[in-house]
Amino acid sequence: MRCRNWLVEMISLIAILWVTPTAAIILILLLNRPRIAEYLNLISAIIAFGAAVTLLLIAPARSLVLGGGYLVLAPLGNWVELCVALVYLLASLYAVGYMRLLRKEQPRLPLFYALMAGFALTMLVAPLMNNPGLYWIVIDLTTIVSAFLVGFEREPESVEAAWKYIVIVSAGLSLALLGIVIFYWGGTLHLGPVYAMTWGNLTASAPMMPKSLLLLAFLLVLVGFGTKVGLAPMHTWLPDAHSEGPAPVSAMLSAALLNTAMLGIVRFLGVLQAGGVGLLGRTALVVLGALSLFLAAFFIIRQTGAKRLMAYSSVEHMGIVALGFGFGGVLGVAGAMYHMLNHSLAKSHMFFGSGNMVRAYGSKDMGAMRSILSFYPISGSLWLLGAVAITGAPPFGLFLSEITIMRGGLQGPNAWAVWLMGLLLILIFIAFLNHFRAMAFGDEPESGAEPTLKLSLWNTLPLGLTLAAVLLLGFWWPSALWRFFATAAHRGLP
Amino acid sequence: MLIFHLGPLAASVFSLLAIVALVLSFVMLGSHWLKNHVYSFAAESWVIAFLSAAVGYYSHYEELYFIAILTALFRGTLLPYLVLRLVDRLGIEREFTPLLKPASSMVIGAFLVIFAYGVAEALGSRLDLTTGIAVLALTCMFSLVLIGFLLMVLRSEAISHILGLLVIENGIFLGSQILVPGMPLLLELVILFDLLVIVMTFGILVRYLKVHAGVTSSRALQKLVG
Repeated sequence: MRCRNWLVEMISLIAILWVTPTAAIILILLLNRPRIAEYLNLISAIIAFGAAVTLLLIAPARSLVLGGGYLVLAPLGNWVELCVALVYLLASLYAVGYMRLLRKEQPRLPLFYALMAGFALTMLVAPLMNNPGLYWIVIDLTTIVSAFLVGFEREPESVEAAWKYIVIVSAGLSLALLGIVIFYWGGTLHLGPVYAMTWGNLTASAPMMPKSLLLLAFLLVLVGFGTKVGLAPMHTWLPDAHSEGPAPVSAMLSAALLNTAMLGIVRFLGVLQAGGVGLLGRTALVVLGALSLFLAAFFIIRQTGAKRLMAYSSVEHMGIVALGFGFGGVLGVAGAMYHMLNHSLAKSHMFFGSGNMVRAYGSKDMGAMRSILSFYPISGSLWLLGAVAITGAPPFGLFLSEITIMRGGLQGPNAWAVWLMGLLLILIFIAFLNHFRAMAFGDEPESGAEPTLKLSLWNTLPLGLTLAAVLLLGFWWPSALWRFFATAAHRGLP
Repeated sequence: MLIFHLGPLAASVFSLLAIVALVLSFVMLGSHWLKNHVYSFAAESWVIAFLSAAVGYYSHYEELYFIAILTALFRGTLLPYLVLRLVDRLGIEREFTPLLKPASSMVIGAFLVIFAYGVAEALGSRLDLTTGIAVLALTCMFSLVLIGFLLMVLRSEAISHILGLLVIENGIFLGSQILVPGMPLLLELVILFDLLVIVMTFGILVRYLKVHAGVTSSRALQKLVG
């Protein structure tokens, strides 16, 4: 009886997670008022975040299948769910202030918030899908909804970015579908022609699948979802899409969506592990991760656009997360999961900061943003501190997670990647902060080009919140979280 | 290993249909007129619909008849209609800046088919596939996916990119009909629906491109670099 109550609780939490944004979309479109829309979206985000936290707290350590076999509650999935809900909340909070600055878009704001809630909804659905095929479809839907958000401002650049985004990612994802079909085919050799396509069934039949088939299918899935994650060399759409959308959208794309797609890769890695070729798959992931870091480093050095700089930083951080999961072991997985949260917070922060500056200076070019500290003492200095955090310097959370990933890597067979990672992180640190040095302490802006915009509390409060959180995570890694990560690593990832 | 036993007649029907679908993708490679692409895509979808029905008949999966009807309706009729309407609205009749001439692209396509056969054969021998039809299905699946990507790489018109993606999806669908006819019905339905949504999204975005950026060719979309 007690067990049943507990299951009902889980189901109702998931229902709250999904119904709230749906209700928000319907109400926003029905009422069609900009001011009401922004608060409705914010309320929906607060409720979703509360539900995601509760779900993480009461969900069991092992994975649990419910909802007629269609839903799965697993540690990593719940964790991604938390990151998504957190970023949705922060982005909704920031969007209130940011979208008010876009004067000519005011009448279309209800549409924006409806799309934003829809985007959050797809990302909240994906991690809980127990069927890899349905997971794939939901990931595809995230692309469709977010493409409209990227092209929301209807500028030539943003429409171009949206187009490139949807073409490249859809083509990439079709490879993932091919991989999923081959995985399912491999399962039919053992489980018979018709069986439920679930993570559990694929993992169970993996030991009986031929190794070459497993590898082929995994590489297809890796390239497919890797396109969505933005792993190099499939990252080419990412800097465009992430830099051309409105700032809250960029934050959701970078800080939430990439994690959601990474989950698919990690789950298939779990299938591969069960099939006995986990090491090869992990090495493939490590190679792509290292390549992403490498490419991101060089594009960060010569970057001129503020938001493109943040976008390449996302390629870098997804590379780091890929390295963490690729290294594996308790340290690698714990570091990667902690890094997901840290990156979600820090990257939202950086996009919020760049959104403020882009609006203030009226340009996306970092060359135009000068003396940010004297014109915007609060927002500018918070952004500068965020840059220190995102490059992985202590005492912020990203330092802890990156060090943990590196420690994990040294224990495994791919230790070469640790040295490369260290070197590239130092390079990125120098290059990234050099851009910020020029913006904070460089020349004065030309006379007449001084920014006049006044930033409100709505614009700066989210910056303060995210920075405080990253700082807290840097000083205090709760031991309960350690245990949670360790169970996730031990119990098998799917 | 196939999941049901096939008589010689069934095997030849499947092979014929799969190969016709493959040949139709070469029609696309060999022409630069967008309407020809759409027509051959439609024909390919109908061939795949017949294939679904044939697999349903021989393997006694009744739900495959349903899939066949939906494939003919959605992939064979509605999607081509939507793309044709887009071609008319944009007023773009043909591909103007292809990288290669039709002949050269067909040669590359042939090499891709050989490569796909190599992969399928290698996989087949590892798996001890006794029937040739599975290898053939794998070959057609991989070839169509590769040719779809080739179309997207060589052509620069936005509509060609949509069609390239549709060819890739057709290839995956064709392969899955023969290899895993027991794949959950729900999944196939949702994929069909998803494809429809994607094409409509593409349509909307192409028209935005036309209105706000003034061009629809990816070679002219050069604002975002670095």
